[in-house]
Amino acid sequence: MAIDVSKITETISWKDITEGCKIEAAGNSRMFNTGDWRVNTPVFIEEKCEQCLLCVPVCPDSSIPVDNYKRGEFDFMHCKGCGICAKVCPFGAIVMKMGER
Amino acid sequence: MSIRERLSGNEAVATAMRQINPDVMSAFPITPSTEIPHIFSSFVANGQVDTEFIPVESEHSAMSAAIGAEAAGARSLTATSSCGLALMWEVLYVAASNRLAIALALVNRTLSGPININCDHSDSMGARDSGWIQIYSENNQEVYDNFVQAYRIAEHPSVRLPIMICQDGFITSAAVENIELLEDREVKEFVGEYCPDSYLLNSKQPLAVGPYAVSAYCMEAKRAQLEALKNAKQVTLDVAKEFAALSGREYGLFEEYRLADADYAMVIIGSAAGTAKDAVDQLRAEGKKVGLLKIRLFRPFPGEEIAAALQNARVIACMDRTESFNAQCGPLGAEVKSALFNARLMPVVINYVYGLGGRDVTVESITSVYADLIKIDQTNDAGEIYRYLSLRE
Ligand code: SF4
Ligand code: SF4
Repeated sequence: MAIDVSKITETISWKDITEGCKIEAAGNSRMFNTGDWRVNTPVFIEEKCEQCLLCVPVCPDSSIPVDNYKRGEFDFMHCKGCGICAKVCPFGAIVMKMGER
Repeated sequence: MSIRERLSGNEAVATAMRQINPDVMSAFPITPSTEIPHIFSSFVANGQVDTEFIPVESEHSAMSAAIGAEAAGARSLTATSSCGLALMWEVLYVAASNRLAIALALVNRTLSGPININCDHSDSMGARDSGWIQIYSENNQEVYDNFVQAYRIAEHPSVRLPIMICQDGFITSAAVENIELLEDREVKEFVGEYCPDSYLLNSKQPLAVGPYAVSAYCMEAKRAQLEALKNAKQVTLDVAKEFAALSGREYGLFEEYRLADADYAMVIIGSAAGTAKDAVDQLRAEGKKVGLLKIRLFRPFPGEEIAAALQNARVIACMDRTESFNAQCGPLGAEVKSALFNARLMPVVINYVYGLGGRDVTVESITSVYADLIKIDQTNDAGEIYRYLSLRE
């Protein structure tokens, strides 16, 4: 029987936590907010962006969404602020805010 | 109808395994448990079971394969001893925390060093806090009976934890004794089909087993696991009751032998209990009020029940077949003393280390322990409370 993953939150009691923390549901890793581990934060400067999309495949967390061949704002729910995208961008369209979430 | 046979402890366990006909056995040989997978693999080769036998390259792999198989939905087991169990250490905890009802036939042997292949309990006692249920057996009949009951306890929905069925290396594992076996059909019906609620090979229900738990979840997960282990106590009693109806052989959390009115009590685990019962009988014939408590279920530890059973004893000997290297007590001594303390009981407790690396346990050596207890009571002087038995000075 599938479980309601939305009920597994940081306020869950030990009596309700699933046996061995198992998750009987699929496609829910997206719900895990790993973005709050971030220390530094990338800033997208849209006017400088040439949409070359070089930043997209290098992101280890797939946190640069692409729609219709154009990149959009970062997915801050999952971006961990590693700065790789900023290093790769040839046009200075990504700068890192250091020490800020 | 029971079947009269004569089998070694290893043969008895292998027979129980054949009658259970599990889905997967992964194993790596180590003395003195090698015979168990050896005999069982012949059952596989002869087509007497339809178990998938996986000859792995180490005990770490044996336990890992059992974990994978159990998570996939297969009733799984393995057997090992001593350093083999030590090599499983890391993954023993994974089996327990993932709530996988794996059965492990442990043939107790000392941990190196000095290197030695004979019996003591240092292997299983080292693993006592890994989250597994632990049951100890005095003789071949008990190890057979305990193994038949193992999955009923481990797989119970309120428990779902791995279980270790322990017997003493060589002393029971290699010695041939008379035994009463159940019929294959009776074991099959008693143990039942394994129908897990959730398992990885269920294509209709996606499942993640053993996910990472950040600090916000880890403590809740452990507390839930503890509750399952606590539940194993009542389930052990319930299963034993059903087993008694089937076999006529009764089991509890522990066995009390002439204990009720005993002033001098011994708490002991495993085959030495048989020798100790002879000593108790001899001393009782001389009018000495001595008795014995033999541990069956060690994890979870039935502390309240044990304290209640020992409440009339004036002096108690806790017999540890392992050296814990804490310079204070052995694992059984620690458990019994804390159970007594929690029950506000303060008898004199002497903790003996005995039988390490296969050192002989005799009626004489056990009798000397009771003599010590009686002397302590008469002189009101406990003396050294952590002692070695049958040690050359
Ligand atoms: S690498 Fe820079 S310019 Fe290219 S798409 Fe990414 S942000 Fe825009
Ligand atoms: S900072 Fe790192 S994680 Fe965040 S979007 Fe850029 S590459 Fe991805």
